[in-house]
Amino acid sequence: MSKAKDVLLDPIFNKNPIGLQILGICSALAVTSKLETVLVMCLAVTFVLAGSNVSVSLIRRQVPDSIRIIVEITIIATLVIIVDQFLKAYAFGVSKQLSVFVGLIITNCIVLGRAEAFAMKNSPGMSLLDGIGNGLGYSIVLLLVGFFRELFGAGKLLGFTILPSINDGGWYLPNGLMLLPPSAFFIIGLLIWALRSWKTEQVEEEN
Amino acid sequence: MLEHYLSLLMKTIFVENMALAFFLGMCTFLAVSKKVDTSIGLGVAVIVVQTITVPVNNLIYQYLLKEDALIWLGIEGTDLTFIGLICYIGVIAAMVQILEMVLDRYVPALYNALGIFLPLITVNCAILGGSLFMVERDYNFAESVVFGFGSGAGWALAIAALAGIREKMKYADVPVGLRGLGLTFMITGLMAMAFMAFSGIQL
Repeated sequence: MSKAKDVLLDPIFNKNPIGLQILGICSALAVTSKLETVLVMCLAVTFVLAGSNVSVSLIRRQVPDSIRIIVEITIIATLVIIVDQFLKAYAFGVSKQLSVFVGLIITNCIVLGRAEAFAMKNSPGMSLLDGIGNGLGYSIVLLLVGFFRELFGAGKLLGFTILPSINDGGWYLPNGLMLLPPSAFFIIGLLIWALRSWKTEQVEEEN
Repeated sequence: MLEHYLSLLMKTIFVENMALAFFLGMCTFLAVSKKVDTSIGLGVAVIVVQTITVPVNNLIYQYLLKEDALIWLGIEGTDLTFIGLICYIGVIAAMVQILEMVLDRYVPALYNALGIFLPLITVNCAILGGSLFMVERDYNFAESVVFGFGSGAGWALAIAALAGIREKMKYADVPVGLRGLGLTFMITGLMAMAFMAFSGIQL
């Protein structure tokens, strides 16, 4: 039982996909200026991750090694198409805002990375937990970045005003930098710094 | 006419830089930028693959997937855009594989220089992103060639620049927790801000 718990919870802080494994960074940066798009993206990635991990794990004994990458990519692409069509049907506005980044979940290295590193070697149940765990680890970083960017950039959270901005008669002067893409880099950099000051074993050695 | 393509080229390299404005291909961008030599090798590989795959995907989109695209076969009322994603990634994987075999056979020097990076490019999101942007913006064939080359070149430029900065960073005394990945993120952020100076430039 404790192993299952580790598999689920380790990726959140101890082996965070973004903070330590350098996986899945592209989408972490581009979609985080608003909390709403972040939430949708996190759900989409977690779904694809869990789905692909289970499917790959189920067929891991039948697939020859030489063609496994193309099989994995096909499974992932199929799941992403399902997500894409679903978003277009039920959340068209968000789907427009995410534009190509839904499609780019296919090449989000977390998904392929976990399929390769974990699902090919473990049972479907464990793979499901690993998928959800990594989805959560990814989500927590994205949610933090999205939270700071929307709060300081627009004074809002999920569209509700938290800090009334000067333009609307309040006192808060929105920090325009936070809405621009580079701010995501600084926030993730600071998050990694904070994480590594807390978990010192993750510090990289100078080479 | 030529002006239009030149402007598109400049725009894709500088203003809409794949790495620094859209953050595509970030995983390899951050992971493989420790040395200038390797990052230039990877940059060249991205340019080559991007210049080939974007136009090929453009043809597939124009003549197979787009609404009513099968009209040249006499079939009307088709819309296969929903299987676009799986087609593009298939084309990219196949192209990378073919390119690898061709280079191995005819240009072994370049093949050895690119080494492990070539297969890795399949999962580089800048490549798939290039094809998806091409579809979203509805480029024609000639534009897609220019766009493919330009976006690859912009990405290569960015990774070479980052590698140059990181080599110099060796001499800096950085706070322990910030070493490696954390600092690389911040450098990239500063570079992205510098590249924002190009935004709005019209040729």
